[in-house]
Amino acid sequence: MLVSVYRYNPETDREPYMQDVEVAISEGKDLMVLDVLNLMKEKDQSLSYRRSCREGVCGSDGVNMNGKNGLACITPLSEVVTNGKLVVRPLPGLPVIRDLVVDMGVFYKQYQRIKPYLQNSSPAASQERLQSPEDRAKLDGLYECILCACCSTSCPSFWWNPNKFVGPSGLLQAYRFLADSRDDATEERLADLDDPFSVFRCRGIMNCVSVCPKGLNPTKAIGHIRDMLLSRAT
Amino acid sequence: MVTNLLSYRRSGVADWIVQRFSALILAAYTIVMVVWLVVNGMELTFAQWQGFIGQTWMRIFTLLTILALASHAWIGLWTVATDYLKKRVIRVAFLGFVGVSLFGYVVWGIIILWGF
Amino acid sequence: MTKLRKLSFDAIVIGGGGAGMRASLQMAQSGFKTACISKVFPTRSHTVSAQGGITCAIASADPDDDWRWHMYDTVKGSDYIGDQDAIEYMCSVGPEAVFELEHMGLPFSRFENGRIYQRPFGGQSKDYGKGGQAARTCAAADRTGHALLHTLYQANLKNETTFLNEWFAVDLVRNKEGQVVGVVAIEIETGEVVFIESKATVLATGGAGRIYASTTNAHINTGDGIGMALRAGYAMQDMEMWQFHPTGIYGAGTLVTEGCRGEGGYLINKDGERFMERYAPNAKDLAGRDVVARSMMTEILEGRGCGENGDHVHLKLDHLGKEIVHSRLPGITELSKTFAHVDPAVTPIPVVPTCHYMMGGIPTNVNGQAITQTDGKDTIIPGLYACGEAACVSVHGANRLGGNSLLDLVVFGRAAGIFIEEQLQQGIEYAIASSDDIDLAVGRLRALDANDKGENTATLKRELQSCMQNYFGVFRDGEYMKKGREELNALRERIAGIVIGDKSKAFNTARLEALELQNLFEVAEATAIAADERTESRGAHSRRDYPERDDKNWLCHSLYHPELKNLTKREVNFSPKTVETFEPKVRTY
Repeated sequence: MLVSVYRYNPETDREPYMQDVEVAISEGKDLMVLDVLNLMKEKDQSLSYRRSCREGVCGSDGVNMNGKNGLACITPLSEVVTNGKLVVRPLPGLPVIRDLVVDMGVFYKQYQRIKPYLQNSSPAASQERLQSPEDRAKLDGLYECILCACCSTSCPSFWWNPNKFVGPSGLLQAYRFLADSRDDATEERLADLDDPFSVFRCRGIMNCVSVCPKGLNPTKAIGHIRDMLLSRAT
Repeated sequence: MVTNLLSYRRSGVADWIVQRFSALILAAYTIVMVVWLVVNGMELTFAQWQGFIGQTWMRIFTLLTILALASHAWIGLWTVATDYLKKRVIRVAFLGFVGVSLFGYVVWGIIILWGF
Repeated sequence: MTKLRKLSFDAIVIGGGGAGMRASLQMAQSGFKTACISKVFPTRSHTVSAQGGITCAIASADPDDDWRWHMYDTVKGSDYIGDQDAIEYMCSVGPEAVFELEHMGLPFSRFENGRIYQRPFGGQSKDYGKGGQAARTCAAADRTGHALLHTLYQANLKNETTFLNEWFAVDLVRNKEGQVVGVVAIEIETGEVVFIESKATVLATGGAGRIYASTTNAHINTGDGIGMALRAGYAMQDMEMWQFHPTGIYGAGTLVTEGCRGEGGYLINKDGERFMERYAPNAKDLAGRDVVARSMMTEILEGRGCGENGDHVHLKLDHLGKEIVHSRLPGITELSKTFAHVDPAVTPIPVVPTCHYMMGGIPTNVNGQAITQTDGKDTIIPGLYACGEAACVSVHGANRLGGNSLLDLVVFGRAAGIFIEEQLQQGIEYAIASSDDIDLAVGRLRALDANDKGENTATLKRELQSCMQNYFGVFRDGEYMKKGREELNALRERIAGIVIGDKSKAFNTARLEALELQNLFEVAEATAIAADERTESRGAHSRRDYPERDDKNWLCHSLYHPELKNLTKREVNFSPKTVETFEPKVRTY
């Protein structure tokens, strides 16, 4: 199979290029894209990419495969390869450090920005804080985010304004805390988001939903935040 | 942290509401226009047209629509500019042009509506 | 020698998993200058893969639950070589540590009354084994590790811990007096080598499951902390004790939580027989992991395995119904679809025992202080601490109970943090490392870069992994292990002589993989020697040539000494402070 992979080594390359490599894959095996990268790395050790859990829960190996963002470790070739060719590029919109490794600094900064931790001003009980199963269910579809950045780097609004638009992943997390019955900083959280960029740059094109490897729906969460902002203003 | 430049320090909610509300006015105005045109047929005289626009309620409605159009355009183009025009000088120049133009149109509109 | 850039901290934690971040959180809260050094962004650490939950007697599922019952289960599970003072500490402090996590925001699943959801796990009982199955594992659906790791990262952000993310620790730096005073580390993005100086160095580098070919562990689980400690000449404890998780997905090795069986799933052989009823008539599928894994292997070896080659068994969940499977085990549903191409609500999952957890590690006391032995006496290694899977406190002894690893992480990460905090408050005096001391720690890296004739990492890693898999797996045999040790002896030089095909600086993962393989080798060798020399069967260590537990000779820890490559014995603690000693009994489920 022909694999075309994005290469860039800051020490030797003046600019990035696509390298075509023929990879031998045994018949009848539906490998994951990460397996293919591993095979390629055995031949050429200079190929760099991140990977850790290899089961889609750590979020290290977000890459762009034949034009679509996803996790290399849980994306079978049969799902992405077209015309016998696999094209692997780094996640779009972030600076490339080397090959498939991008600088996720701005992505993490937006995550930190929404204060991704529980805030509760009342003193903690000696046991756990109680939460009904119904209230807990509101966090489903939110807390599972693995910070792989597949969504935010497929979002044009995030490409254009990564410093000002929180992005789908950060907003999903923002809503995860807004929706938590144990968090009482709702007003401060909403005040921090009430500008024309942080939330309102979302145009609802739902690229985030279509690429999320965990099947989460950031657009829906953003809609909830917008509703909360609107009812706060009126 | 997000750096809020002066021009960014607005309420996103206000923008969002103005955008939707102005869109409603524009839609309503469009419907009124289309209906009136259909009812009155294709052979319009200037007198007919002037008579229609000249009614007080229509003058107010038209003015409201012009203001809605201006704010709708401003928010829309400001958004587009902050997305795509990354050079500050170019963006400020573009938005300046847009601002002056929209102001001009509003003034012109008022002159037309109340100046006869 | 070019002088290295130096960073200074009051305390550093190497490893950004559950244990590391719990320790760094504790110290950051007290205002000391703390850094957490992690070779991956912290939420990529392997804690994220933990599924089923954190076992702890918070008395939610059963209001009468008692931490002493949990302690009894853990001691029994350890096959009586878990230190009872440490287990007592873990089980009694556990509830406090779990409630803290909840207060930090961990999204635990809930019961109707709003308390934390608890599910049954293997080896759990009420009333010291007399009251039947207990449900003691606190869960956030089947993503507890993920929820826990993210919560800890968030808490660290809140408390402004310094993170050195994507920094790889190479080796420990010791001063003239032998105190550990920091590490030499590579900033991966730039390739710069930096000396990170610290009054306290905590190794929280996790496990090393990658010594085996088939493992549930992440690619990054390469025993870096164990490698560093062994190279520094420190002894390792109970390294023969490796847990094989009964349910790794056949072929892929990815984990399927014990919670599946806790929720009512069970294992079947090719005849559809629920075979655990024969091996563990009472606990059945929820017997200790070692017992279940051995039973599965026995079924397979005796020709009752499933599939064309009869080399796995099936985990049956479909009788639970779609509702339960998809709501309580959503992560498992996803993993099974991806890696086994089955929907567990419809079709059983093909599973096989898979290397999962290292019970052994750096011996420590309950304060996380690393221990070594000189002349048969315990001595504290000044400046060095360990917690989590890298450490051997030892609460797991010869076999860990499901859900106890997450508890181990938070309890002992916290304990190490608290202790170091006290030490720092009292003031820690130490001599500054000389450039020779630092040079020593850079030696391995320099040698690796200088190698130009030798083999590549991938080939050598494959050989190491298949050697461990073949000779030191679920069942062990002296004769085979001898062979394995010979193979390892031959590998040592070859692995020291790895040639990396890329010597650039920026984000050079080839260099890291070579350094990781060298760490894996250290772990593998310690495992092999300890396994060969412990001439009995206990917990996860099961020998065909010594099938019985031998309390007369081996009711003790093993201590592997890297310089002499020999094994000595260390006493197990049988003196808990507030309860009576649990005396060794025959272990049945």
